[in-house]
Amino acid sequence: MSGKKGETRVKIFRDWCKGCGICVAFCPSQVMKLDNQGKARVVQDDECINCGFCEIHCPDFAIMVHPREELTPFEAYIEEVRPATREDLQKTRNNSTG
Amino acid sequence: MAAKSRKKRTTEIFALGNEAVVEGALLAGCTFYAGYPITPSTEIAEEMSARLPRLRGGVFIQMEDEIAGLGAVIGASLAGRKAMTATSGPGFSLMQEHIGYACITEVPLVLANVMRTGPSTGMPTSPAQGDVQQARWGTHGDHPIIVLSAGDVQECLHMTVTAFNFAEKYRTPVILLLDEVTAHTREKITLPDPDDTYVFSRLTPSMPPEWYLPYEDNMRGVSPMPPLGSGYRYHVTGLIHDDHGYPTSNPKEVEQLMQRLFRKIDQFFYDIQMVDEIMCEDAEICVIAYGCVARAAELAVQQARERGEKAGLLKLKTLFPFPRPAVEKMIRKCPTLIVPEMNMGQMSREIKRVNNGQSKIHTLNRVDGQIITPGQILSRILKG
Amino acid sequence: MAKVTQLIHNYLRHSKRFPHVFCPGCGHGIVLGSLIRSVHSLGLAKDDVVLVAGIGCSGRIPVYVDFNSVHTTHGRALTFATGIKMANPRLTVIVIMGDGDALSIGGNHLIHAARRNIGLAALVLNNHIYGMTGGQSSCTTPLGSYSTTTPFGQLEEEFDISRVAKVCGSSFVARTTVMQARHMDKMISTAITHPGFGMVEIISPCHTQFGRKNRFKTSVDMYRWLQKKSVSLDKFQELPPEKRKDAVVTGIFEQKDCIGLEEKHARMRRELRGET
Repeated sequence: MSGKKGETRVKIFRDWCKGCGICVAFCPSQVMKLDNQGKARVVQDDECINCGFCEIHCPDFAIMVHPREELTPFEAYIEEVRPATREDLQKTRNNSTG
Repeated sequence: MAAKSRKKRTTEIFALGNEAVVEGALLAGCTFYAGYPITPSTEIAEEMSARLPRLRGGVFIQMEDEIAGLGAVIGASLAGRKAMTATSGPGFSLMQEHIGYACITEVPLVLANVMRTGPSTGMPTSPAQGDVQQARWGTHGDHPIIVLSAGDVQECLHMTVTAFNFAEKYRTPVILLLDEVTAHTREKITLPDPDDTYVFSRLTPSMPPEWYLPYEDNMRGVSPMPPLGSGYRYHVTGLIHDDHGYPTSNPKEVEQLMQRLFRKIDQFFYDIQMVDEIMCEDAEICVIAYGCVARAAELAVQQARERGEKAGLLKLKTLFPFPRPAVEKMIRKCPTLIVPEMNMGQMSREIKRVNNGQSKIHTLNRVDGQIITPGQILSRILKG
Repeated sequence: MAKVTQLIHNYLRHSKRFPHVFCPGCGHGIVLGSLIRSVHSLGLAKDDVVLVAGIGCSGRIPVYVDFNSVHTTHGRALTFATGIKMANPRLTVIVIMGDGDALSIGGNHLIHAARRNIGLAALVLNNHIYGMTGGQSSCTTPLGSYSTTTPFGQLEEEFDISRVAKVCGSSFVARTTVMQARHMDKMISTAITHPGFGMVEIISPCHTQFGRKNRFKTSVDMYRWLQKKSVSLDKFQELPPEKRKDAVVTGIFEQKDCIGLEEKHARMRRELRGET
């Protein structure tokens, strides 16, 4: 169940978070904190040991503990449709000249 | 095939009113009974317990009380069964909670209430007609409901079949009012040919589940109803709900639901209204009665005719929705109306309300646990 | 733990508005998650699961899940469930009740469903109070604690729900708390697969109503208290008597082989019809 540090990251759906503080209080490595809006925010992603407590004890289904390397479905989609960056443009130029 | 005349498969049996209810229910396709024994309705449960387990999938279950009985019936109906229960006065009071639930969630079911003298424990083995208004207004909140009555054993059978048909057609609980006398009269009846009996079963949806709306405000006012577990997953709730079945407090949606609940009964009023006009064509004095009293009244009217009185009988088979047009017709025709009933005037209230002072209305009430005799009605007719 | 929340989201009704109606930190949400995980781990189809609930906070759970859901009257959920199970034994019927629902108004139905041993899974969410109506005392409010109708302290003894179910003949009885979600998953899935009546009592404290009257400042305080008080059945038996007082014992109290009522019925029918 629990793994090494640094294998996972924690994602919080802030629209669904009600700020009850269960995840903050019971996280063994203090990954989350309640911010000034009263909602949970990830402060030290790298400390997560993937115990999964917050994920199954969040009453609002607002926390996802996700493999670090993998994109969530939403992120994967965003990645696909994101606008081109300066670097991307640069690459196209390099290709055309080269 | 068409040329061959089919032999009718009717049978004659000697049955109690309660047993006739069971015959009717089984004929209508009832496969589930849950209830709690209470005098004078117990024969219905006893007969069901012996017959249902022999049917494919038939279930009889005796519950811990009447509340549970009707609860289980609603559950079974949601799961796609035609289901019924039977009870009497005190049990009927307990069931009111779930009658309301069945009204708002539009669950078809049949509830036979064998009326005994009340209030409270009253006289368990004596007849009365004291639950008429309770059948209409017993559960809290505005609600539409269908209440039928039966006055003899053959009618017990027919009205039970009709009750199931109405329940399934309009997705509503139907209350069948018997009285102790009818329930415990044993006489010869004819079991109709099952092939000649009109049996209606609820409509089930025929669209892909994503498009199904369990409480849609359509023309008929009645949505098709899938059994639980058939792929149409929807929410059933006793809270006021929108057309998806989800709780709502939006005034528009609340209004829409309530209006539709009433409309679905109102717009089919002429299908639901059932009365018998007996010797009414030229009547000048009309007896309006229902249940076992109507049977006594029929004889009284015949005897009155023999003595030259132009008497007629309007027998109410549907009690609610109140058969106003049929009663109004008699009011216009007859200057005198007699309403005999075994209570302090529960149906005569309705008739007086409709009458609006046009004709003279005489009530004839008996609340001593005895039936109203033909002689009593006859002497009232002769008094004019 | 991979992708648990994603899995839960797949079972929620997408036409419902989220976050759900429960107070921040309410354990009922945790129970809902656990229920979904249990159903998923058993590989049951959404169509075959019927969720029946009574009235109260716990009654609001079924509307959020994409199963067949029935929200019934106060205390009567078990009667509807009995009808559904008897009418169609193929369905997996799960009943969700609160403590007032199951033991006060519906006490009669609980003891008879347990006695009848019908194949239902009953989850009793015990929060020691009537939460939705504003924090009145219930039959499980602990002796001496405060509520809006016991402003001077509760004088009556509380019900031990699991013990009631056990003596009434329930063939599977377990208690768990919302702070042990993995244990809860196990208990719920065992209750679902159990052929007879399976009851799981889940301690899901209400800090909004019970907590504010009994000196718990936040839901976290309440959960810390719960974590401290809960002991497994094995450990409890080793405890000295003075420490046993007001411990929340978790674990399986009863598990016996049996045949559900609906199966007995089916056998009787087959026999009567000469199909065996």
